[in-house]
Amino acid sequence: MSVWKRWTSRPNERAGQIAEDKLEPALEQALKNFRVSVHAWSEAELSRPRTATKTVRQRSWRLAAGLTLGCALVAGGAGGGVYQHHHRQELARIAAARVAEQQRLVAEQKARDEEEDLLAKVDSDVSREVPSAMEPLAQLMDDTTR
Amino acid sequence: MAAGTALETMTRVTAHEIAGREPGTASEEFSAVVTTHRPQIFRFLLASTRDVDLAETLTQECFLKAHRNWGSFRGESSAMTWLMRIAINLQKDHWRNRRMQFWRHTQTNSVDLDEASDWLPSGERSAEQKLLAHEQVGHVWQAVKGLSERQRTVFLLRYVEEQELSEIARATGLSEGTVKAHLSRALGRVRAELGGKR
Repeated sequence: MSVWKRWTSRPNERAGQIAEDKLEPALEQALKNFRVSVHAWSEAELSRPRTATKTVRQRSWRLAAGLTLGCALVAGGAGGGVYQHHHRQELARIAAARVAEQQRLVAEQKARDEEEDLLAKVDSDVSREVPSAMEPLAQLMDDTTR
Repeated sequence: MAAGTALETMTRVTAHEIAGREPGTASEEFSAVVTTHRPQIFRFLLASTRDVDLAETLTQECFLKAHRNWGSFRGESSAMTWLMRIAINLQKDHWRNRRMQFWRHTQTNSVDLDEASDWLPSGERSAEQKLLAHEQVGHVWQAVKGLSERQRTVFLLRYVEEQELSEIARATGLSEGTVKAHLSRALGRVRAELGGKR
């Protein structure tokens, strides 16, 4: 018969009193052992020195410091990488500009040389083709320009 | 909060005592209530959660809440019943509002059933008796683990705190009939766990 049936079958039983005297000895003993065990555990925990709060705070502080440091390292690493990449790009751009400038100067020099050569050739050609009859006149011009 | 070292005699603040309360003595009264009832509240929460840290936190919250409302305590019930009601509600709120966190917390910090069963008084017992007691306590813990929240609360108040059914009814806000029904089902589980019939 269950405990509930025992209660309902005894309507005159005083309210607030469970029929514990009818519990089986094994169950009663188990409940008693359980009660004593919980009491012993609780008393042992209460008499234990309390360091939990401080430990938790330290752990929280360490966790926060670790997270901050980790974030700073990650941000620093990422920032350094970005800076390095940017720096390399800048150097490459400067080097390319320098090469282009050199190429431009060489090309200009080359064009200038070619032009001078051409003018010199024209001068020599023109001077050679002066007819012999005109030589006194040419001589005269040379004398006046001196 | 300072740790209590021994269980003191349970004194109860009754309606009669409250009626003669003077304003200046309120903090002293509350201090006495904390000293007297803290072990019992902690024990109940420890048995309910099997988590020492959580039980300590909820005990502190319980007394903090009680301190805030101490002025409105009229003494219709005993201080113990009033405090136990606060503790039960806190546990309930913790369970309902932070279910996921609670389970995560409980999974990591709850004491193993076998470990909880190790706590036995060092009486004059033979090794065989100790082993039997350990087994019995383990079976009861196993049964308690399988109980619903209300069944567990009622069971612990009755068989660990040894409260009367009327006190349990006041603390839980249930009728005595409902308390009896929960106890009956809880006992049925314990009986089944111990190998008896339901």
